[in-house]
Amino acid sequence: MAIKNQIKIYLQSLSENVAIARVTAAAFAAQIDFTLNEIEEIKVAVSEAVTNVIIHGYEEQQGQIQVIMNLYENKLEYIIADNGKGIADIALARQPSYSSDPERMGLGFAFMESFMDELDVSSEVNKGTTVRMAKKILSSAAH
Amino acid sequence: MNITTFLKRGVLIVRVEGELDMHVADKFRQKIDNALETSGVKHILFNLEAVKFIDSSGLGVILGRYKKISAAGGKVLVAQIQPQVLQIFELSGLLKIIKLYNSEAEALECL
Repeated sequence: MAIKNQIKIYLQSLSENVAIARVTAAAFAAQIDFTLNEIEEIKVAVSEAVTNVIIHGYEEQQGQIQVIMNLYENKLEYIIADNGKGIADIALARQPSYSSDPERMGLGFAFMESFMDELDVSSEVNKGTTVRMAKKILSSAAH
Repeated sequence: MNITTFLKRGVLIVRVEGELDMHVADKFRQKIDNALETSGVKHILFNLEAVKFIDSSGLGVILGRYKKISAAGGKVLVAQIQPQVLQIFELSGLLKIIKLYNSEAEALECL
């Protein structure tokens, strides 16, 4: 399927950049007639993915986060990739309430799953993780 | 993010403004915990009228305060939640344990 529009950004793994990532994601989504609610859902999903990279992927150390946004005819895709420590057991990490810290809800992946129509996670320990998620575009919503 | 805390009728009122994500989570938590410690009150009321965005990092701080306060027999109340934030509260299951009110006054009445 042909890509109709694309943005690639590189972010340093700093907490300040979580807001930049989600605002850029929302701006990219604004070219489709999504509802405000749907744009809000994309913001939360991207926020969770980038937060995971900073906290878990790079364990709050320096690193690079790549965010790729692709617009296709029928979906909007966000890919968040890092070269961090990776996830040993993806199925376990994706379970709701899986968190080592009582101050965190362990809902990052649950939110991504609920708010997007597709979610794939691939990871290799000590190499990095790639999260790919997409939201469907109903034909009436495209410009 | 801006946080204002003050006491009213023995309740710690926390007015928050901005976006509650991982960038502000530590400061948000510390500010509330300091206010709880110095005031020694039992209950806390969050006014979320000016919160336009929250994700699981922001929710985690509220849940953490809930655990602390309910363990000591206190209540956590939320007033003036905005629709986009309400959606996240619903999905997280927090609404099962935290009650919502239309205004600070209404929430204080119910204690």
